[in-house]
Amino acid sequence: MVTGVPPFERFYESHQGEVLAFLRRRAGSDRADDLFQETFLRALRAYGRLEHGEHLRAWVLTIATNAVIDAGRRERPTAELTVEPAGEDERPAVEELAALTDGLPPKERAAIVLRYGYDLDYDAIGAALGSNEQAARQAASAGVRRLRKEKEQR
Amino acid sequence: MTGVSTVLDERFRAAAAASGDLDVAYDILDDTPIGSLLVGVSEHGLCRVGFDPEPEAELERLARDFGPRILRAPRALDSARRELDEYFAGRRHAFDLELDLRAVPEFHRRVLDELSRVEYGHTTTYGTLAAQVGAPRAARAVGTVMNRNPLPILLPCHRVVGASGSLTGYGGGLDRKEWLLRLEGAIL
Repeated sequence: MVTGVPPFERFYESHQGEVLAFLRRRAGSDRADDLFQETFLRALRAYGRLEHGEHLRAWVLTIATNAVIDAGRRERPTAELTVEPAGEDERPAVEELAALTDGLPPKERAAIVLRYGYDLDYDAIGAALGSNEQAARQAASAGVRRLRKEKEQR
Repeated sequence: MTGVSTVLDERFRAAAAASGDLDVAYDILDDTPIGSLLVGVSEHGLCRVGFDPEPEAELERLARDFGPRILRAPRALDSARRELDEYFAGRRHAFDLELDLRAVPEFHRRVLDELSRVEYGHTTTYGTLAAQVGAPRAARAVGTVMNRNPLPILLPCHRVVGASGSLTGYGGGLDRKEWLLRLEGAIL
């Protein structure tokens, strides 16, 4: 069943603790506070364009992952780059996508997972990734091209 | 589960309110003389005053009317809180706040517009309001408009009484209506 998007207040209350813990693990306590704010501001920007309220946990952890990547890129070019793996509310499509896109650059991977796993439009993906619609579209199509090429070479 | 500190939480809420990305910022005023009030503001102005002590249903209604980006962000309500405090203290007789009536249907808006002219300390009747909007037989419909008033106190539906002078009814309960009319000196 497709559930409606809950008021942002409820979403924020439900996921704030886990997001902060995740950010502390990934980026350390010093940077976690700033990344916490960045993550939820990005989520807020994209929130109005969500079409359903499913998989919000995985969605916000994907956004958090990208906030860490962006901060790492600014500070440490070799930061570890991953999309947070499936949680218990993950649907199979997302799991498959996560495995399928494992080798892609992180932005391309996130764009594909958000586009094809969560049905977000590019406008919302751009907001979630802290960039814009065009960059999100380019990242997704670059990722798809890369996947296609990999498949041909296999 | 990691606890999010009050400082971090408040910092995010303030940043969210400043970002311009919220559909509605709200706060719950716990200590008014007529109990707790939920007050909501959009970028167009104050959009909700609710008496519901359990805000869950109110948040759902706000999401339906204005969009789901709804967050408790007390700083965004500073001017509303100040004006309401002054009103409850008897120091303010009219509000200067912008009101957002986008979610209100046409007929309701006409009635509320007429209602907004009823001054502090005065009362009118359902029938009078109905006549003023050109629907003299629609006193009952006017009652419905009052019942669904999204901005009680600011749009003073407490100043509307029955033709006999009886208080009739109030979305927030008759006790509150009576308290407000007493505050304004409209009843003794």
